[in-house]
Amino acid sequence: MSLSTPRSLAGTSVPSSLEPAAGRRRRRRISRDQVLSVLLVSPSILAIAVFVYGFIGWSLRVSLSAWSGLNPDYTFVRLQQYAALLHDRRFAIDVRNTAIFTGLFLVVCLTIGFFLAVLLDQRLKGENLFRSIYLFPMAISFIVTGVIWRWLMNPATGTRISGLNLLFDRLGLDSFISRWHTTLPPWGIAFVVIPAVWQMSGFTMALYLGGLRSVSEDLREAARVDGANEFQIYRHILVPLLQPVTLSAVIILGHISLKIFDLIVALSQNDMRLDVPAVYMWRTTFDGNNYGQGAAIGIIMLVTVALLIIPYLVYSMRTEATQ
Amino acid sequence: MTTASPARRIVRPILYLLLILTAIVYLLPVYVLLVTALKSFAEVDLQTMWNLPSGFYFDNFREAFRLLAPHLRNSMVMVVSASLISSMVGSVNGYIFAKWKFKHADLIFTLILFGMFIPYQSILIPLVQFMQLIGLRGTILGLALVHVIYGIPITTLIFRNYYAGVPTEILEAGHIDGAGLVGLYRHILFPLSIPGFVVVLIWQFTQAYNDFLFAVVLTNPAQWPITVALNNLAGSQIVQWNVQMAGALLAALPTLLVYIFLGRFFLRGLMAGALKG
Repeated sequence: MSLSTPRSLAGTSVPSSLEPAAGRRRRRRISRDQVLSVLLVSPSILAIAVFVYGFIGWSLRVSLSAWSGLNPDYTFVRLQQYAALLHDRRFAIDVRNTAIFTGLFLVVCLTIGFFLAVLLDQRLKGENLFRSIYLFPMAISFIVTGVIWRWLMNPATGTRISGLNLLFDRLGLDSFISRWHTTLPPWGIAFVVIPAVWQMSGFTMALYLGGLRSVSEDLREAARVDGANEFQIYRHILVPLLQPVTLSAVIILGHISLKIFDLIVALSQNDMRLDVPAVYMWRTTFDGNNYGQGAAIGIIMLVTVALLIIPYLVYSMRTEATQ
Repeated sequence: MTTASPARRIVRPILYLLLILTAIVYLLPVYVLLVTALKSFAEVDLQTMWNLPSGFYFDNFREAFRLLAPHLRNSMVMVVSASLISSMVGSVNGYIFAKWKFKHADLIFTLILFGMFIPYQSILIPLVQFMQLIGLRGTILGLALVHVIYGIPITTLIFRNYYAGVPTEILEAGHIDGAGLVGLYRHILFPLSIPGFVVVLIWQFTQAYNDFLFAVVLTNPAQWPITVALNNLAGSQIVQWNVQMAGALLAALPTLLVYIFLGRFFLRGLMAGALKG
């Protein structure tokens, strides 16, 4: 969509229309503007080269070192840090927590997001207001969300009952009373999905709603004329057309949940049962000074996210280029 | 469009009921936040947290503000400078990547984009070492700089998509009139860029303001932005939960206000993050 137009101004076509001399000495002569264009973006390119790629390389080097302590120690220990993580019980819990969290978060977020989008797609009155209500938690930080939900998901019962448990108690919905995120492992982490969904389902809704609205009304009208009911229109026309949106949503939500950090920090306040790799990395590096181990966790996180993101980036760029 | 059929008349109220019920669920946390923050110290009790306050009291707010005001200031200084610089960098980058394709520009752009998805844990150790080395660790300026740099991918992407929507014919006409790279930007694209700037400013404002990871490793208590200070407050045994709630409301307020008044632009930044122009 965005690449087809710029092409005509891009690359060689610009100087040929701009400068008569370009015809004579086309191969040698590079226009002043072309040099300038590269000069203008080079600080950014350099910054990304250093702060992203250079630092990833540096992290990789740290992850292959014995560095443990305040002073850098680059003694090469091959893959020992990674091997140690493989046998580390805390890291095993982290991986399990991330898997449960990511799986549940994706399923619940996509389901609720889709449901809300279909609901808002019915052209009801007050659509804008409702859309804003579902979406506003996106504007808030995970830290704020964590602080609020820590009190809402207060696990206390009996005379100390409070938060959602208290609400359920008052409403006579006793069966919903729960120990929330303090439920015994491995399911405590599953409850952290609730605030995460509260925060991110509006975004999923917006993605789906954008997709639904991009399907022309003519197509729906044609289906109606052919005798399809609303459910069939969604089932057979809209849902298949929304597959690219689902893919985008899975990628975006997936990479957020794989690196979930702030929410866990604010919600769990050091509860090890809710530990995830991002928190372990931070604790072991900056509290424990186990730099080698911290770097190894960081690299493992990067590889996991890259497996999800790189195919998506390549796919996005290819489809863009062919359009 | 379709005329109101009997089935529609039954379905509509159910749909509204669903909309309203869901909206209530989404607003529950805000309700608790508000009623708690507005209660007097005396009537704050975990067991009555759903009750309405007996009046408007600002005790909790005053206490939260006393504890968090310096950090709110840190956040604001950091966030305003970061988002202003970010938007300018993004605008120039977006212009070049949309309209002046140099060799391998698309490949380089994709490599830049990857930077917005990486888990920052994978660059955190070098980043802290580097900032220490150049003397910017523990400074608000350093934190702002980090947000500008790691904001390059998203700001470039938003502006690139935005400028791609400007018809190339307009620029070609400018070309024929003798405008070069700078002239085209100054006289044609920049005046058209206000919506793009608003989207990027809001996006970077929200991102930098809500960040916790960079702030917690790059600043000391004196420069803590509000997210780190709030988390510290929440972890403290001395600060009461009602003050924590008031603090959470205070911390949420700036981005919430931006969302309420400029929500349309906020949504556009959000969508750009999904790589769809």
